[in-house]
Amino acid sequence: MTVATFIQLIVEGLGTGAVYAALALAIVLVNQATGIVNFAQGGMAVLSAYIALVLVNLFAPATGTAAALVLAIILAAAISFVLGALVERLIIRRFEGGDPDTAVVATIGLLTLITGICGIVWSYNYLPFPWFFSTGDAFRVGGVTISWWALTSILVIVIVMVLLQLLFRGTKLGLALRAVADNPQSAALSGLRVGGLLMIGWGFAAVLGSIAGAIVAPKLQLAPNMLEEALVYALAAVIIGGLDSPIGAVVAAFGVSVLENLAAVYLATIPGTSIPFIGHDLKIVVPFVLLFLVLVIRPQGLFGRKSVVRV
Amino acid sequence: MPLLELTDVTASYGPVQVLDGVSLDVPEGGAVGILGANGAGKTTTLRAISGTVRAGGRIVFDGRSIRGMRPEQVAALGIAHVPEGRGTLGNLTVRENLMVGAFLRRDRRQIAEDIDFLLDLFPNLRSRIRSNASALSGGEQQMLAVSRAFMAKPRLLILDEPSLGLAPSTAKDVYAAIARLRRESGIAMLVVEQNANLAFSVVDSVTVLETGRSVLSGSTAELKGNDDIRRAYLGA
Repeated sequence: MTVATFIQLIVEGLGTGAVYAALALAIVLVNQATGIVNFAQGGMAVLSAYIALVLVNLFAPATGTAAALVLAIILAAAISFVLGALVERLIIRRFEGGDPDTAVVATIGLLTLITGICGIVWSYNYLPFPWFFSTGDAFRVGGVTISWWALTSILVIVIVMVLLQLLFRGTKLGLALRAVADNPQSAALSGLRVGGLLMIGWGFAAVLGSIAGAIVAPKLQLAPNMLEEALVYALAAVIIGGLDSPIGAVVAAFGVSVLENLAAVYLATIPGTSIPFIGHDLKIVVPFVLLFLVLVIRPQGLFGRKSVVRV
Repeated sequence: MPLLELTDVTASYGPVQVLDGVSLDVPEGGAVGILGANGAGKTTTLRAISGTVRAGGRIVFDGRSIRGMRPEQVAALGIAHVPEGRGTLGNLTVRENLMVGAFLRRDRRQIAEDIDFLLDLFPNLRSRIRSNASALSGGEQQMLAVSRAFMAKPRLLILDEPSLGLAPSTAKDVYAAIARLRRESGIAMLVVEQNANLAFSVVDSVTVLETGRSVLSGSTAELKGNDDIRRAYLGA
């Protein structure tokens, strides 16, 4: 166990964490705007990845793989935006203002539907997803091996976060989205078109999902249930970080992923003994233990605000 | 022609008829109060105007029927509604709340001037300009709610019980500021209030609602002289 291994585990953890973070951000965005946890977020992201794959295969003969990838990812994100907005308008709108539990069941139904459609159209087999480089490629810095995939994932999510922050804090559209999320009735009384803004919010969330899909597809290969596990982690991150805190969700997503990686190696046996403990097989318990602790100690999430209702 | 004209307006929540013939006029630049007991339909009347409940009858603003319009359309025509219970945007700062109020405006320079004007009117808000609205006191939130509505540069400001839940002295301060706002901007107002004495400090005429109907209206001077009104709403 060297320092190099330690750093490597952290970087790899951050790389995987980037995928969880993108999904978690999407979930927080939707929850802030509509008060609904969208279980179909992962399914929508997978659909976007399939669309991207179709587009890559379409463009690649003419443009070469790299250019085709860029074009396909951008186009798939745009299509996701439209699909996300349509899901809000055509399905979720019917449940807004009602019992959130009903809406959640509808999103679970949507997840099943999308996964099923992907399975029928593209089969349940793993399809390779091209990438700019092999996901195994790595470079060494001072004895630490770092994979390009992890590095680019982290970079992408950092850029996305900065852009989101600029959108929400620096633009009129961002202000309107936050106003609608905060209090749709008051926002409407100030002349904001609430319905349209909710569609835009769901559209942006779908774009975040589509980014998560594009990052993870080359690593795991594309399959209808590719993001199921990631969705579980993302939900854990959202609850740990706080359902209303984008920063909290991202920090928790990275934190969960890094801690899980560290536990797999350093807690493979109970320290000081040779009795098997967490290890690679059981590392999935880590987010759940964290989740349990957070729910017991600070149910609003580490970064969440306790909602106080004034009468 | 009055700025706002309600004729025989009706509204119901499900099977329960709440408004059963409300009629009132707000003249250009005038201020009208709506008085009435709990459940008389005061808040629902305002909601019918701003499009947040479905209504029947005639609702005409500036010569054009607005009945059946969506809230954001009504707002765009120049009616700003401060709902009951304030309705500030709690997770947004004071400045952001004001900017949301000015959402439909394009005149940046004038927006900045209006913010300045309001902060002079409500000095408490100036020192808390970067605080989240949820961190303000009840009185400050009410002032912010009024200011946000004013930022829309409306032709008619609708206020639903600005004194609700405020200490008497705070409620007085809020009304003093509303009166000043009216004097300095000349904006028309429609004010719902339980506390008639407070309402009379701002409005020039009053309509009294009983079980969803307008039963009486007149200038404040007339109504102050009316014994029934004095007994029912002025506690004297």
